[in-house]
Amino acid sequence: MSRKILLEHAHVAGIQGYEVYRKMGGYRSVEKALKSLKPEEVVDEVKRSGLRGRGGAGFPTGMKWSFLAKPEGVPRYLLCNADESEPGTFKDRYLMEKIPHLLVEGMITSSYALGVQTAYIYIRGEYKWIVKILEKAIAEAYAHGWLGKKILGTDFSLDLYVAPGGGAYICGEETALIESLEGKRGNPRIKPPFPAVKGLWQSPTVVNNVETLAAVPVIVNEGGDAYAAIGVGRSTGTKLISACGNLNKPGVYEIEMGLPVEEFIFSDAYCGGIPNGKRFKACVPGGSSVPILPADLMLKTAKGEDRVMTYESLADGGFLTGTMLGSGGFIVFDEDQCIVRNTYTYARFYHHESCGQCSPCREGTGWMEKVLHRIEYGHGHEHDLDLLVDIAKKIEGNTICPLGDAAAWPVAAAIRHFREEFEWHVRHPQEAQSRNYGLGRLEAYHGAVGV
Amino acid sequence: MLKVTIDGIETQVAPGTTILQAARKIATEQPEHSHLVPPAMCYYSPLEGSGGKCRTCIVKVTQGSERDPRPMPKPVASCQTQVMDGMVVENTTNPDLLAARKGVVELLLINHPLDCPVCDQAGECHLQDLAFEHGASETRYEEERRTFERIDIGPYIQLHMTRCILCYRCVYTANQLTNERVHGVLFRGDRAEIGTYIEKAIKNDFSGNVIDVCPVGALTDKTFRFRSRVWFTRPFDAHRKCDKCCGKTVLWMAGDEVLRVTARKDAFDEVEEFICNECRFDHKVKEDWTIEGPRNIHRHSVISANKYKAKAQTVV
Repeated sequence: MSRKILLEHAHVAGIQGYEVYRKMGGYRSVEKALKSLKPEEVVDEVKRSGLRGRGGAGFPTGMKWSFLAKPEGVPRYLLCNADESEPGTFKDRYLMEKIPHLLVEGMITSSYALGVQTAYIYIRGEYKWIVKILEKAIAEAYAHGWLGKKILGTDFSLDLYVAPGGGAYICGEETALIESLEGKRGNPRIKPPFPAVKGLWQSPTVVNNVETLAAVPVIVNEGGDAYAAIGVGRSTGTKLISACGNLNKPGVYEIEMGLPVEEFIFSDAYCGGIPNGKRFKACVPGGSSVPILPADLMLKTAKGEDRVMTYESLADGGFLTGTMLGSGGFIVFDEDQCIVRNTYTYARFYHHESCGQCSPCREGTGWMEKVLHRIEYGHGHEHDLDLLVDIAKKIEGNTICPLGDAAAWPVAAAIRHFREEFEWHVRHPQEAQSRNYGLGRLEAYHGAVGV
Repeated sequence: MLKVTIDGIETQVAPGTTILQAARKIATEQPEHSHLVPPAMCYYSPLEGSGGKCRTCIVKVTQGSERDPRPMPKPVASCQTQVMDGMVVENTTNPDLLAARKGVVELLLINHPLDCPVCDQAGECHLQDLAFEHGASETRYEEERRTFERIDIGPYIQLHMTRCILCYRCVYTANQLTNERVHGVLFRGDRAEIGTYIEKAIKNDFSGNVIDVCPVGALTDKTFRFRSRVWFTRPFDAHRKCDKCCGKTVLWMAGDEVLRVTARKDAFDEVEEFICNECRFDHKVKEDWTIEGPRNIHRHSVISANKYKAKAQTVV
């Protein structure tokens, strides 16, 4: 099930530079699209490929593109969402760092399909060094005629810019990203109107994830049907998974959709199992915002079928016994990890990153963090668990953007699947206060890096 | 025209009308049904872009439209959701919805101090009314509450950030009425605050309107602080010739003394016409005004106390 499409040439020396990238077949999709395909034919290929948004929502990309309004005389924009801030997710960073030209090529081909003349890569501020890498790649693309006026002698022109953000997680939400790009506070907008109708500067806009746009050259080169042949059912193609946590071989893997979860975690071709022979305890498979699952439900669905890496299989059973593929931030916990501490860490993150615009998220995330802090440090009460579930319920689905859901789901799922651990913290305050999770591993790490 | 039914009351509205506006239309036409208007802490119809933030105006849409009768899966913000033909909405008749609203009120109150006894907004505070109508009698919140350092934003407006519920109304007001906005939202999440960057004073001719639009006691009139409870004052419609604004105001008086001046508000407590700072702060003598007569107070709140009007009846 190992199939590399995006990362096929990632380890070729010098692939960051234009010459090597071009030698490896780079920019072929731009040539093919501009010389032999109409824009709508490119959109059709993407529709046929079954490509779904790789940022986390999994919405069909071709369908999203077909929603783009096309009023006369109004510019359209393509925005690449490179504001990768979800804890546990680091796949876009790897892609942009290793093969920046693949993203540039994908954006040129996509812009042609959408009739866009100005595109932006909105990248999180902390990826400062990647900004330089992308700017160099863009400058090379301009120098070789892939960007600018009348590309390849056609009527198609495109300007591409890199726009670093200020480092707020909320700016990864498409409308907050647009607000931030316009120079305002990164507050999500109320939808409708959707960006496809009124986005950047009130013009029709498409916002796509880095990995989504990087898949477009492959689809145009090989054809949508060829891409759709990879994977399982409605989960087509390959997916970048950033695996971290208690794994022998953490890192970024490109997997074919449909790979069994068990194989991904334990096979030497991928993560290589849990270090030191420890027991696999739990997993968050799609970045910190998706529900955590205990090991048994992570490997097999409630029906007893093998859980595989697809949107549908991971969501099997709804939130009672399932989770989401999300952004592909695959976090694995061994038996020593404390779920309460982990949940508290997530809650702290979402509290810190809530934009503060709508009251349930602004107040609820803070409340959850404070209650979890008390439980973690041995000051919890029995009724706190039901209170947490209730707060999560009040936030979920009642906010302007999905950050509220992202904050509520991990808490609700952790209590649903690991309630006894929370109860233990409440009932054994002394032990909860004196436990020092992960200290041994930290010491080993500090020894290794010479701190 | 589109047909919409709210709590069993049917009305016809123009395309583009929101559920909240439709409910207000029903309340205007049939005052006996004014209870079905959802509360709104952040939506303010004169302010473009306002709404959608506080989530107190949520309603349950049990039928999306005539064409697609499926219900909407979750409660929606009525101030932002446009009416579809044949839509059926439940507000006061849906117990689950009322429970959800109660939850929103609980969240709004966890960091809002219940200092009504010393707050100038008491009696005209939307959150006070909301808590009275939808709140719980006890709090489940036992953590430390959020407080802010006081900052001085000038001689006329008192900013009490601890009471702010971040409805953004004052920010939209400033955006809409002034060219040089010096105040806005700083920081993020529940650390977000209304403030001026590096404590500038707010100086422009219409800045006082932020006091009128604030639903709570976060922005109050410094010239009226602690002078009287509003329900002890008598409001009068008055006007004066003003070259900056319409000059139509409400004088809140105690005897012959003008304690404060505000803009006139409609039945939904929204300013009809914004007034300038000169009218608001610099003319606090009765002689400067042409008094039209007693102001009719619409609000179902303690502010209406002692202001009943009834037809005089012949006793004998």
